[in-house]
Amino acid sequence: MTVLSDYDTATPDGDVASRPGRGRTGGVGALVRSLRTSAPVLPFLTYVILVLGVPTAVIVLYAFRSNTGHFTWSNIHTILAGGQYRAGFETSLKLAVVTAVVPGVLGTLVAYALSTSEHALFKRITSATAGVLAQFGGVNLAFMFIAGFAATNGIVTEWLRPLGLDPWNHGWSLYKFWGVAFVYVYFQLPLMVLIITPAFAGLRPAWREAAENLGASRWRYWRHVGMPVLTPAILGSMFLLFGSGFSAYATAEALTAGTIAVTPIQIGAILQGNVIAGEQNIAYALAFAMIVILLVTVIFYVLLRRRTTRWLR
Amino acid sequence: MASLEFGTLLADPSTTDQPFADDAPVTRRRRRVHWGRGTILVVAALYFVVPFYAAMAFSLQRPTGGFSLQPLSQIASAPGFLSALWLSTQLAVITMIVVMLLMVPTVIYVHLRMPRFRRAMEVITILPIIIPPIAYSVGVLESAPSWLRSSQYLLAIVYVILAMPYVYRSLDSGLGALDLKTLVEASRSLGSGWISTIWRVLVPNLRSALMSASVLTIALVFGEFTIANVDNWTTIPVWIYLAPTDNPRVNTLVAMIALLATCVVLTLIVSLDRSQSRDSRRS
Repeated sequence: MTVLSDYDTATPDGDVASRPGRGRTGGVGALVRSLRTSAPVLPFLTYVILVLGVPTAVIVLYAFRSNTGHFTWSNIHTILAGGQYRAGFETSLKLAVVTAVVPGVLGTLVAYALSTSEHALFKRITSATAGVLAQFGGVNLAFMFIAGFAATNGIVTEWLRPLGLDPWNHGWSLYKFWGVAFVYVYFQLPLMVLIITPAFAGLRPAWREAAENLGASRWRYWRHVGMPVLTPAILGSMFLLFGSGFSAYATAEALTAGTIAVTPIQIGAILQGNVIAGEQNIAYALAFAMIVILLVTVIFYVLLRRRTTRWLR
Repeated sequence: MASLEFGTLLADPSTTDQPFADDAPVTRRRRRVHWGRGTILVVAALYFVVPFYAAMAFSLQRPTGGFSLQPLSQIASAPGFLSALWLSTQLAVITMIVVMLLMVPTVIYVHLRMPRFRRAMEVITILPIIIPPIAYSVGVLESAPSWLRSSQYLLAIVYVILAMPYVYRSLDSGLGALDLKTLVEASRSLGSGWISTIWRVLVPNLRSALMSASVLTIALVFGEFTIANVDNWTTIPVWIYLAPTDNPRVNTLVAMIALLATCVVLTLIVSLDRSQSRDSRRS
């Protein structure tokens, strides 16, 4: 609650409580005043603590709780030791890395190509569409790709078959790892475009002009000015993409009907009761591990973000 | 600039255009044909358009060839669709009312009196994006009391949390553009109370921020699948996924309409936002 007492006491308004100069003298009076000032945010804080804080605390506590209610490492140990849950984590991590790096690179190229466009309406539509696809795609994407790429009657599959390029004949399946990764690009690439576009906007024309006046070619401008400035932003965005791919549930569930063994799907299966008795606590351990991985991801993102803002403001 | 920029997840009108305005004349003078950029955009467009086209064709094509809009008329009579639509609508309305009542006064107050608390608000409201929905639902289903656990309104309570990042960011940038102190002092010194200041002075000024916050909240509620699915409530996305598959064309069609409608409405909101801020800049 230290944050709460850290309010700005000097706001002018007729209130006795916020007379300047008296706010930070300490003692009971200061405490009462600080409570009065922060009272209006209490409903918000209470709601967040009850609906977000308590469930998160429950996950952390139960991840280390045995069926009899004692502290135990066994849930965590079960995940790490091997077997289906460890394999699920490995697949999830692999999926997240693949769908962070590939759409990350492609998204950077697309964002660059878009940023050079001068049509305001075109930009408006692409940015709104990217926002929708990045955040609200979910189940809908699965239906689009099944209509397009199913083994039989998929429209694109039918186009490619006469050319001998039917991917199903080359070991690809829409419902396995590379199929799911292919579909994830549909929301990961727009996400990359959204978060990297401001970085392109931050490249100042003056830098380019300076480089050109000094005789630099386009290649040398990008090699020595553009890329070094953008790299932290690109890497940071890839961490966000990693988080988004790692926690995605809806698309994978709807596309594969829950058959691909990634961690979110496994948690969903446990919650819906498709589980061996006594493994209930595994769900908490899995959820806990996911949160830890995402926290680490966010820390990396924030660190890279700091580096980014040194040049791009 | 905030330490956490997840906020850019929203289609942000201010960052996406104009940046290259200074650069533009140079590019135009050179008259260079950018084959590389063109190719990138065409390939990307194909990747995004083809599956969409496939789904539309799949749901609207007649077995005999040719297209028909007849599947549209089957949507309303598809089993379970109307009750799913009703449930999603109820959840959207409740979520919106609660999130607005909770956030609007809080964010205004923080802007006015506790500016240092903004940092904490930013971190708090970003948490729902960091915690994966599937992990969050594990905790929610365990910690909810059983009477709430068996109610569909649990979803609305949870969606309020999920909507907070969007609503906070919209309000924060909306309030940042106002001269809040002057507005509030003027209104207060003319004798109006807090409620009337918020309702009659601030809300009208925040119209476009509130509008985009509401649209994003509605889009979220109508699109949220994870928690609804593991809690076994048939909202619209869960219906799309689980509906009896005797006519998958109808499900696909509903999925496409949902996606398209969200795109169109968001584009309109962004444009509206733009034209308003342009007006205010001019005056």
